[in-house]
Amino acid sequence: MALRMWASSTANALKLSSSASKSHLLPAFSISRCFSSVLEGLKYANSHEWVKHEGSVATIGISDHAQDHLGEVVFVELPEEKSSVSKEKNFGAVESVKATSEIISPISGEVIEVNTKLADSPGLINSSPYEEGWMIKVKPNNPAELESLMGPKEYTKFCEEEDAAH
Amino acid sequence: MSISRAPLMNLVRLKGTPILEQLHLEERLLRASTDNWCIVNDGTNVPTIVMGMSGKPSQLLEVGPVIKDRIPVIKRFTGGGTVIVDKSTLFVSLICNKDDVPSVQPYPRSVMAWSGSLYGEVFEGVDGFQLRENDYVFGDRKFGGNAQSIIRNRWIHHTSFLWDYNVRNMAYLKLPSKVPQYRLERDHTEFVCRMKDYIERSDFVEKTVKAVGNQFAMKEVNLEDIDSYAKGEHVKSTRLLTMEELQEAMASTAQSA
Repeated sequence: MALRMWASSTANALKLSSSASKSHLLPAFSISRCFSSVLEGLKYANSHEWVKHEGSVATIGISDHAQDHLGEVVFVELPEEKSSVSKEKNFGAVESVKATSEIISPISGEVIEVNTKLADSPGLINSSPYEEGWMIKVKPNNPAELESLMGPKEYTKFCEEEDAAH
Repeated sequence: MSISRAPLMNLVRLKGTPILEQLHLEERLLRASTDNWCIVNDGTNVPTIVMGMSGKPSQLLEVGPVIKDRIPVIKRFTGGGTVIVDKSTLFVSLICNKDDVPSVQPYPRSVMAWSGSLYGEVFEGVDGFQLRENDYVFGDRKFGGNAQSIIRNRWIHHTSFLWDYNVRNMAYLKLPSKVPQYRLERDHTEFVCRMKDYIERSDFVEKTVKAVGNQFAMKEVNLEDIDSYAKGEHVKSTRLLTMEELQEAMASTAQSA
């Protein structure tokens, strides 16, 4: 309880903005109980991937919560451009510590761009999970799939409950 | 009154099964089965090098001798480092539904900690056992290497236990660029130890089965019956590297020298 109050007062003190579209401001985020950041303006899957939908392009990566729990990422396996991804099916993997972990696509569509920087710098996923650590850009073939994803507040609560259960 | 039952764990005992076949089986059971599995393989048939998912032969192996001596090289579906295994190696693999181990989050460190606790039971009374960074050690010497793969609702944690080793075989492996901190600058022979110096082989196997049985209801399953447990197509990423790939690795090592 005390931790939640601290997080809330800290968020207020920092005067966090709820607008992610104004690029001249720092990205807006909220602080979860577990000190992972959750970015406003994104949608989140219960497998901890995020989607940023801008026009006809959706960018996908993994959340700060996920990268924190995975540990130092040393390798990323991503699909090729022009391949297809399907909602709730895996499209790649990250290697961290001694584990390979699947990455699940939150939406279906065609891969139009892959973040090639991750081949030489997989650690971008740890240091910048919402920006430089993006993984793929997709042309969604069913934008309605985004509606079933979680918003930032719901995802924050989801992460807190998941951590509290263990 | 409700009685909570321990989740079921299918136990498969193998002896001398080729490591490629063992890894194919594990990948199949992880991806195409919904049961929990404990696989124990008592040795593999021939000395074989096994690299993790992202392993690069040019960086991890003395490729020239590997090719000359025709040592098979496998790339497995789990993460982690490179080992050379043989008939003395003991393998234990645990495949679990995350919901059947609710105290464990499906993330590497949580699974690793759980495994450390399980083997803590196995090695109770054996001096110096601990999970150190991601290795099982006696004191500061490694005898067990771990690797994992985590998919949507399931994970595998598998271990190769260095019962004994041939120093000559260690010479096929380069010192990796990423090493645990506790390794310091020790070479292979200074860094590892032989499990046979600490516990009887059959004792280890039975204590492991017992420790797993403390958390699960065990049921022995014969290899011949596996088909009924794992149906349908699945991604197969474990494979033997081709001679061509090894030769390319040797050429790229020569170029960068």
